[in-house]
Amino acid sequence: MGPIDKASVQTAIESFAGEDIYLHLETTNGAYAAHRQEQAMAVCAYIRNGRIRYDSGAIAGEGPFRVGLKMQEGWIYAEGLTDYEIDGQGRLLLAGHDGDGRLAVALELSRTAFPV
Amino acid sequence: MEKHVAVVLPHPDDETFGCAGTIALYRRAGVPVTVVCGTLGQMGRNMGKPFFATRETLATVREKELRDACAVLDVTDVRLLGLRDKTIEFENREHLAERIARLLQDIGATDVITHYPGHGVHPDHDALGAATVRAVELIAEEKRPTLFCMAITRNRFEALGDPAVKNDISGVAETKLGAIRAHRSQSEAMLANMEKEYGDNPYGRDVQERFFRQELFWHYPAKA
Repeated sequence: MGPIDKASVQTAIESFAGEDIYLHLETTNGAYAAHRQEQAMAVCAYIRNGRIRYDSGAIAGEGPFRVGLKMQEGWIYAEGLTDYEIDGQGRLLLAGHDGDGRLAVALELSRTAFPV
Repeated sequence: MEKHVAVVLPHPDDETFGCAGTIALYRRAGVPVTVVCGTLGQMGRNMGKPFFATRETLATVREKELRDACAVLDVTDVRLLGLRDKTIEFENREHLAERIARLLQDIGATDVITHYPGHGVHPDHDALGAATVRAVELIAEEKRPTLFCMAITRNRFEALGDPAVKNDISGVAETKLGAIRAHRSQSEAMLANMEKEYGDNPYGRDVQERFFRQELFWHYPAKA
């Protein structure tokens, strides 16, 4: 995984369009956020292996980047993406890392189910 | 019954940050230790600094780190429960407790280290702690192991009173630091920040107190 190349990511997003695929989408600020700083809340949400199909999608911004996937009846959106990889299994992995290398957001697309 | 310690915790690195010193002291004394790890910590956000893991490689990376850290601690018996990070509180607690009870009986555990339910901070800590407390209750009294629970909430002393056991781990601090380094994806950012704060000496003030001097355990229920 390395810094996002916008054109490569755009090509990958288009290659998944119009197909039933698997989605991993998450955001987190760490399970200890509230413990470390009393005013903060630990916030996390994730969907693993959501079955989705989108008609069009795009990557936007100059970094950190945003991705929007337009479905027949809804949207998938992520903000704060910094890094990407198309892995050995042809999956598109997008993540947003902070200055300490910690993952804050991830959006991943795959033609096969992600392991659970 | 020959002493055998079981450490039942949900994530690779809980055994190290929580009680590596105590494990090292037991191993030094020749006491067998089994580390039972609930999940592979596959939803953790630390990926190394600079990051080298991804959401999809993290499970494999952390399993290897767990085995490396256990090797540093001279522990060869590592059991994985195969649960998923962040989901333990949604599993059937009784089923999980029965599974843990069988495992504890199989290995002949006399002492069990886990998180104190309600004082684990992370929901997985509380859930696996509660299932482990229940597992111990399920074991017949004459064979029932003793619980040693770790509490990490800010109000632990108020709520639980003085810990039952205070292990002085200063003699095995280097070993604990070695185990922390083995959990590279999880500790690199933390150690880098510590070095920034304390120069080359990672044994800084409160960190030293927390990680390298003493490990505290409460019986369950604690006598507050």
